[in-house]
Amino acid sequence: MHEVLHHLGYLAGGLGTTLELSLLGFAGAVVLGTLLTVMRVSPILPLRVLGTLYVEVFRNVPLLAFLVLFVFGLPDAGITYSLFTSEAICLALYFAGYVCEAVRAGINAVPVGQAEAARAIGMTFGQSLALVILPQAFRTMVQPLANVFIGVVLSSSLGAAVGVSELIGRTQWLDLQYDEPVPTFLLATVGYVLITLAVGLLAGRLQKRMAVRR
Amino acid sequence: MTGPNRVLFDAPGPRARRRIRLATALSVLVIAGLIALGVHQLARHGQLDHARWQPFGQWPYQRFLLQGLVRTLKAAGMAALLALPAGALLALGRLSPHRVLRLAAGGFVELFRSVPLLLVLYVFLMGIPRAGYTFPVFWELVIPVVLCTSALLAEIFRAGVLALDRGQSEAGYALGMRRRQVMWLVVLPQAVRLVVPTLVSQLVSLLKDTTLGYVVSYPELLNQGKVLGSYTHDFLQSYLSVTAIYIVVNAVLSQLAEALERRGKRRPKAGAAGTGPGLPGPRTPESVGVEALRTT
Repeated sequence: MHEVLHHLGYLAGGLGTTLELSLLGFAGAVVLGTLLTVMRVSPILPLRVLGTLYVEVFRNVPLLAFLVLFVFGLPDAGITYSLFTSEAICLALYFAGYVCEAVRAGINAVPVGQAEAARAIGMTFGQSLALVILPQAFRTMVQPLANVFIGVVLSSSLGAAVGVSELIGRTQWLDLQYDEPVPTFLLATVGYVLITLAVGLLAGRLQKRMAVRR
Repeated sequence: MTGPNRVLFDAPGPRARRRIRLATALSVLVIAGLIALGVHQLARHGQLDHARWQPFGQWPYQRFLLQGLVRTLKAAGMAALLALPAGALLALGRLSPHRVLRLAAGGFVELFRSVPLLLVLYVFLMGIPRAGYTFPVFWELVIPVVLCTSALLAEIFRAGVLALDRGQSEAGYALGMRRRQVMWLVVLPQAVRLVVPTLVSQLVSLLKDTTLGYVVSYPELLNQGKVLGSYTHDFLQSYLSVTAIYIVVNAVLSQLAEALERRGKRRPKAGAAGTGPGLPGPRTPESVGVEALRTT
């Protein structure tokens, strides 16, 4: 038991890695997902097709299969990144599809009158999207995006399966080392529950503050 | 392409049409360029050589992967079979008037919703055998998947029950039905019909979850891909084939979910039969704001 307590710092480091991975992956996913949404609502057909195809493909690939392909397959084609970078990239690419769906739902939640008004005062497609629609859409998307973020946090654990030393990876290592399954797994559980609880609370606060009053 | 998306650009005039044509041509060029870059990268490292792909055209190799697919489907099917009733029971528990039951079901759901599947899997792989219980590999994969998925499904079922028009259960009570009768005869049948599309799309993520067989060495599709990759030394080709199979199988499931959703929309909505023209129709689970979709 006390060997495990001795390694609390080690586990906390794993928690830090998990958070880093999640934040990087989520940030990438939000940028890419928004871009995909813009592509999907644009008047340019090839971009629309590409965006739709991307979302369809990435919604149907298991993340672990993609991760394994990226980590063990792509080096054959001369594409090699560190394990941490690989996983961050995979998370970003994978969850971009989910972010795209959330943003699209958010855009659809903005009343049509807003877009019509933007058009009526002569804004272009890009202007009405960037200045009128998206700012309002993001406000209604706090909760869905928080869910995506929790998904990223939970999925970042898959890195342990390919050798990234994040919270689960370190838990497993400690367990193998000291044969103390109860405290190690309990600590990991507490770590994840704390993150999800914190994200849920933060999202609730944010949503209240950002709600559009109409 | 519904809602304001169409409004973002109205019928383009001659100049806008020209601009759109230009942008279309440009984007085709860029996309083609990216594809060419990818193909070139693969070809430069000899990954497109016939010899590297040739094994995957042979039946023994294909059969090996298909066996993996069958085991994937078996694990997913078994998990779905157990998780669906478990999820429904958990939802009923969370909605029950008994405080203890409500707290227990709520605690279970919240715990398994906020813990990664891999952690539960490691508990079954490394924690529980320490206590003297060992499971066959199949169950080491299926039980954690059932635990996590049933928590998600419980939230979906609950959303369905909450989304149902209150008048339905009130009508049941007015007829003199008991709480249990109202739940089983009036509310649940309609609630289940309401959430069927969401349930089917959740099955896609359940199927994705079975890839964790890779961790417990259950020979499902991804694991077979690993074995095949280390046998032929062509990991890229092997994993690409596996990924393609997953995309096809899941796309079929997603299509099924969409078809069910369309059918549900075309028919008079579940629960709408009794509502008059002036009354609000049934709310959808989404409109209640319960987002139960978390995927690995």
